[in-house]
Amino acid sequence: MPATDLLTIDRLNVYYAESHILRDVSLTVPEHKVACLMGRNGAGKTTLLKSVMGLLPARSGQVQFAGENITTRCPDERARRGMGYVPQGREIFPTLTVQENLVLGLLAAKQPKNGIPDEIFHLFPILKTMLKRRGGDLSGGQQQQLALARAMLSHPRLLLLDEPTEGIQPSIIDEIEDVITRIKEQKAVSILLVEQYLEFAWRLADFYYIMEKGSIVAHGTTEELSEEVAHRHLAI
Amino acid sequence: MTSTTFLLGQLFNGLSYCSILLLIALGLAITFGLMGVINMAHGELMMLGSYAAYVLQNYFAKQLAAQYFGWYFVLALPLAFVVSGLAGLLLERSLIRRLYGRPLETLLATWGVSLILQQLMRQIFGANNVDVRSPGWLMGRWHVAAGLELPHLRLFIIAFTSTCLFLMYALLFRTALGLRIRAVTQNRDMSACLGVPTRKVDAYTFALGSGLAGFAGCILSLMGSVGPNSGQNYIVDAFMVVVLGGVGKLAGAIAGSFVIGQTNVLFESFSTATMGKVMVFTLVILFLQWKPSGVFPSKVRSLD
Repeated sequence: MPATDLLTIDRLNVYYAESHILRDVSLTVPEHKVACLMGRNGAGKTTLLKSVMGLLPARSGQVQFAGENITTRCPDERARRGMGYVPQGREIFPTLTVQENLVLGLLAAKQPKNGIPDEIFHLFPILKTMLKRRGGDLSGGQQQQLALARAMLSHPRLLLLDEPTEGIQPSIIDEIEDVITRIKEQKAVSILLVEQYLEFAWRLADFYYIMEKGSIVAHGTTEELSEEVAHRHLAI
Repeated sequence: MTSTTFLLGQLFNGLSYCSILLLIALGLAITFGLMGVINMAHGELMMLGSYAAYVLQNYFAKQLAAQYFGWYFVLALPLAFVVSGLAGLLLERSLIRRLYGRPLETLLATWGVSLILQQLMRQIFGANNVDVRSPGWLMGRWHVAAGLELPHLRLFIIAFTSTCLFLMYALLFRTALGLRIRAVTQNRDMSACLGVPTRKVDAYTFALGSGLAGFAGCILSLMGSVGPNSGQNYIVDAFMVVVLGGVGKLAGAIAGSFVIGQTNVLFESFSTATMGKVMVFTLVILFLQWKPSGVFPSKVRSLD
């Protein structure tokens, strides 16, 4: 029996001014599964994540989340319905402390009174030692972990991860992979992952979608993803 | 008069002028400094606060027995905050929210609003200035030593400004709303992605800055008469303080008002009030040539 779909994108078209970026994109993320979105630079992966989050308006098409049509909802309404977003470039608040960055994630979950739960420091032990530091003073890898922790604290049902391994040293990539694996094993969160690092995506994802020039050109379960398809669409 | 008491008197005058400047600039430090809105109607929001005090004073004089008159000012402060805050909320909801990130349009639109507000006050209260009388408890002087007398009003202003400043810091750095305000001013999109209702936060922040303008107007009504053009007299000072201190930081407004206040009083002591002001202006211009982003530069929200 197929799992229910948490996120359903149906023939979505998105424009930057007059240039047509996303063309009839359809995609689904089932409950508690990981879908990976792959494609070369400029294929529209980040644009798609931004449209899912509501940062870019849809010209036509539909975005459904947990059975509700959210196509015209603002980002903050989507976040409060259970979307967590870790953008490319991480977007840590540079002059806020690590703790304040985390509390902002907590506020989205409507239970800030309990304080930052300890589980998050089991996943990201490095953050516990840096609570008073300013977000902008952290290294790229630390910021990535902070962004992931901040998104997790909002108790999302769907995590949108935009290239979590980009520009990060290998040891931290391993840690981040461990964390995502653990999130996946807890079976509470679905993930839509944008990733260029093929092996990383391969190990984590249940489903794949490949984008080219704003359209989905191939998709299926990760087990079926053949070397031939991967090579044709992803090789440089 | 000894030179020590003279010096102390000068320092006190400087401090008192600083706190007036800071009170004028505090609201603008929020709306312009944090939110990046060049609000030319800020002076008129102060004027609304002054008229609020005037109206309440008249009500007390007419309706209540004389022994209660002194209390009117205690109520005038929150009334001024609410009146100006609501006016600011209306302004944000109707106009400014459509103009974020477009400083030139904001400047023109709020200038228009300032003209409308001036004319509105002229229609309601007439073109002539009106007077707000100090309550008895603010009229005395405190004799510290021979030649050194500290007026109660000025002591009150220093205390009031300090309280406002303390509350602003507490709000911004100790509450969830303050955290949201700081987050939105740094990165609006990411704040929204974390579930912060950015439009509501904008509205509250702007109303807060406007309410502070109301406080300033209420206090300033005790220091001179109130007229439809009152706001115009303060807007330059307010912007000067915020720009000199560095846009985007509360500490900048404190530094800006301190520097301008003390130098102004110093220059006035050996020349005339007008010359003092001219010299301060010149110094501020020269300083900004040297350090265009002020005493405390920050990169909070770009203004270009």
